Amino acid sequence: MSDLVPIAVAVPIFASVVALLAGLVRRKTGWHVAVAGSVVHVGIALELARRALFDETVRYVVGGFTSPYGIELVVDGLSATILVLVAVVSLGVLGYARVAGPRSNAFYAAYLLLTAGLTGLSVTGDLFNMYVFLEITGLAAYVLVATGEGGRSAVAALRYLFIGTVGASLFLLGLGYAYIATGTLNMVHLSELLAEVGHTTTLVQTAFAFIVVGLFIKVAIFPLHTWQPEAYASSPDSVSALISALVSTVSAYAFVRVVYTVFTADFLAANPLARDFLLVAAAVSIVAGSALAVAQSEVKRMLAYSSVAQFGLIVAAVSLVSETAMVGAVVHLVGHGLMKGGLFLAAGIVATATGARTVADYDGLADRMPVGAGAFGVLALAMVGVPPAVGFVGKWYIALGAVESEAWGLTVVIVASTLLTLAYFARLVERMFFREAPEVVADGADATAEGTVTPAAADGGDESPPTGRVTLGMYALVVTAAILSVALGAGVVGYEQLIESTVTSLLS
Amino acid sequence: MDVLATRYYYLVTFVVLGLGAYMMIANRNIVKKIIGMNVFQTGIFLFFIAAAYLDGANPPVLTAEPPYVSPLPHVLILTAIVVGVSLTAVALGLVVRIYAEYGTLDAELIREVRHDE
Repeated sequence: MSDLVPIAVAVPIFASVVALLAGLVRRKTGWHVAVAGSVVHVGIALELARRALFDETVRYVVGGFTSPYGIELVVDGLSATILVLVAVVSLGVLGYARVAGPRSNAFYAAYLLLTAGLTGLSVTGDLFNMYVFLEITGLAAYVLVATGEGGRSAVAALRYLFIGTVGASLFLLGLGYAYIATGTLNMVHLSELLAEVGHTTTLVQTAFAFIVVGLFIKVAIFPLHTWQPEAYASSPDSVSALISALVSTVSAYAFVRVVYTVFTADFLAANPLARDFLLVAAAVSIVAGSALAVAQSEVKRMLAYSSVAQFGLIVAAVSLVSETAMVGAVVHLVGHGLMKGGLFLAAGIVATATGARTVADYDGLADRMPVGAGAFGVLALAMVGVPPAVGFVGKWYIALGAVESEAWGLTVVIVASTLLTLAYFARLVERMFFREAPEVVADGADATAEGTVTPAAADGGDESPPTGRVTLGMYALVVTAAILSVALGAGVVGYEQLIESTVTSLLS
Repeated sequence: MDVLATRYYYLVTFVVLGLGAYMMIANRNIVKKIIGMNVFQTGIFLFFIAAAYLDGANPPVLTAEPPYVSPLPHVLILTAIVVGVSLTAVALGLVVRIYAEYGTLDAELIREVRHDE
């Protein structure tokens, strides 16, 4: 019954086609199709995760070939975790898109295609297959970014497309080097043959360099992040939540996969330079991402730069080659996905209800929409790493791993990253809760509480007046994300035991 | 020099890659940037195909005599070409929208217009 693995990829693709075709018959049916597809997808993901975490790794070879010749799909503890995150977040964001839109069937077709690409990326055990899913994910993401209104999102999407394509192409080039060195594409088989070829040969080192740089572009590690802030900021709120929560996360998962399953920890041990490169890239990304986040005036851009810093933490954990840090990386991947997705949704409802899109607009937000501001505040503090939130647990494990590996420089950067995160979130929290709202906006307070359209707020030169309706469901979703970001922190100890065997085999 | 004479296609690969990357970065016209992207990808296609080539070998079909050229890179690149075509289609679709919005294909002008907004 390992047939479920390809079905997990096929369901969203099938639903995507159905959504597109249904649109020909009747408009605005896409959402219903997407929800149906996503519910099935979540069910399959949960079942696969149950098997992978409690029984054993699920394997499936496509097309009746045998491994290592056919394309292998593998679900182990790590991929199962990411799979569930992808399925749940896609379903959750659909709840937000119901009213917030975009509503066309084509949008939901692209949405489901993105889910399919991300699912494929998390279950594949074949390097070239990973490239194909990387591109499917990318294509769907470019299209989704472009669904925003006006020229801004189209320009951002084109920029994303150019840079993303170069990233994927570099990945393909590196893959070519690895293939020429070994003659295989199956990840596990590659790792054996790469070791035989020799981890210090130029061919293998070049393959590593190209693949890692390609994936850094996809993950948006400083200074290869330039596509990311504008893409997040210019897309519709539901899209920025989905993409920020999943696309970089799954790309980072791919990065972990490639480094540990394909090149293995031995490669990093044999090439101190490669390890130092990862370390430095991580440290630079953490510091620069945070510094840039502080400098932003637009809230969504600030959140985007925050991601650059947070993914620096993940790369740092990978470069440490420590089991503790690896658990931290997985926890932080999931935690960051939830928190960042939640923050973008929270920013979305704030913008929809009050028109506030810049940091200055957030003055006195707690009075205007207490629930939205409260959820935003909780999520922001969880991201900073206030115990017992999941953001704290992830960073704690990574920092612990750094201490165990005696990487003191990195330990300092990781601890400092918490302060830096605080630096950009604190000013928002302070504005929301401890400042008076500007006069003009206060008039709209009653209307906001009822979730209806408020009169045009904030005359501070803001280009987007309140645009729509904030439904109870949207609030519920953001509050759920906030509660999860705190509650999941408590579940990490149990989860650590479940994933222990996966992490051990990954690092061996 | 011997390497240059026998492995020149690898050299061509990286020349093509460089050309494509340069076009993407330096050209102001966004359609030409897309052409640059295509050139860049073509470099990688060439790299794979050249790697599969074996002097004097036959196509890998049962009726031909060994040695055979490696068929797998060809299949991989067939997939990569399809991916490339889809990317170009999406990119051109975006260009149409950008042109409708700003009335120009010049990346610099678009930036200026947006700065004024």
